[in-house]
Amino acid sequence: MDYKDYYAVMGVARDATQDEIKRAYRKLARKYHPDVSKEPDAEQRFKDVGEAYEVLKDPEKRAAYDQLGKDWKGGEEFRPPPGWDSGFEFSGGGYTEGGHGDFSDFFEALFGGMGRGQPRGFRQTARQPGRGEDHHAAVEVALEDAFNGATLALQLRVPEYDASGHLTTRDRKLQVKVPKGVTAGKRIRLPGQGAPGFNGGPAGDLFLEVQIRPHPLYEVDGSDVFLTLPVAPWEAALGAKVPVPTLGGKVDVTIPRGARSGQKLRLKGRGLPAPGGSGDQFVVLQIVTPPADSEQAKALYEQMARELAFDPRARLGGG
Amino acid sequence: MPRKRQTLTEELLTLAELSRCCDVAAEKMLMLIAEGVVTPLGRRQREWRFDVDDVRRARSALRLERDLGINCAGAALAVDLLDETRRLRERVRLLENLLKGVGTL
Repeated sequence: MDYKDYYAVMGVARDATQDEIKRAYRKLARKYHPDVSKEPDAEQRFKDVGEAYEVLKDPEKRAAYDQLGKDWKGGEEFRPPPGWDSGFEFSGGGYTEGGHGDFSDFFEALFGGMGRGQPRGFRQTARQPGRGEDHHAAVEVALEDAFNGATLALQLRVPEYDASGHLTTRDRKLQVKVPKGVTAGKRIRLPGQGAPGFNGGPAGDLFLEVQIRPHPLYEVDGSDVFLTLPVAPWEAALGAKVPVPTLGGKVDVTIPRGARSGQKLRLKGRGLPAPGGSGDQFVVLQIVTPPADSEQAKALYEQMARELAFDPRARLGGG
Repeated sequence: MPRKRQTLTEELLTLAELSRCCDVAAEKMLMLIAEGVVTPLGRRQREWRFDVDDVRRARSALRLERDLGINCAGAALAVDLLDETRRLRERVRLLENLLKGVGTL
């Protein structure tokens, strides 16, 4: 097992006061809290910080830990010396704030069994029925399926303990009906589809969080859909009627005369269906210039340059 | 493993169901309601129903309260700000993609 340098994890000196340790913990806990942090390893960092604080905040555990000496390096192979904890008495005062997850092997080897509370999920005494844990999973839905509604076959990998107590994963198949107009972030509860209860208790629930799969044409914001529409300079300048794809099929859209690049046109009600009225589709115009790749094209550009009094940099002082 | 068929529908929870999903007593959930972490639909307590998204907000508030040593009001503020941050991030991502689309970024 690896040695854990709890002082390094907390970023405090070995002679830090309890107040300094507490301040460091508060700051790191806010930074790495999985509900707050965007960092990919936030959950692990938060656990590490919680475990370090669990030891350093408790004068008994801290003294025992310090007794191991300061020559160890974090990550170094570690075996507790025989009788390392003799002469220390653990009142096992508090697993109150830091460690709600699983502590490392290193922690368990040093402090395991010293007044530690029951692990989560087994708080009820053995005979009482208990409700199984809720499970959470993400489900990716194609935009077309969100628009039309669909029945999806989901395969979830469910971790579970086998008869001999080993952790395995089981593939679980579920057919789920995706309602029309489902949006990203929507949570769906499947009652009783979580972990089985124990001693005859009810099963937990399965929560699915909907994610919309990135689409090659459309961007999605809630129930609104955005499409970038390339238009020719003459379509933008003179106005035009052009076919535009929407989730419900093509529609003709009028490009107003003198349209600008980046201009947004709203197609009311052409977004995802929603209870209070469908979302909209926004068409963002992108003026695309034809390449001057033929004599004729070059001649046309040259003619424009000669005959149009156009200064694209008028706002910058011209020229 | 037999295939299970489930219908994903707009589903609302009662106060008891919401409390059970969050593993807290209903009294604690009433505190979260008082702070506006979750908002019941319906007027009288007997008629209260909660959106499934309230499970996420309530659980998040409870974890923040427990792990960061903040009180219920502080956790409520944090959950609101986190939701707002998430919305803004999503908006920024969308606008950046659109700007890329029109070739100005």
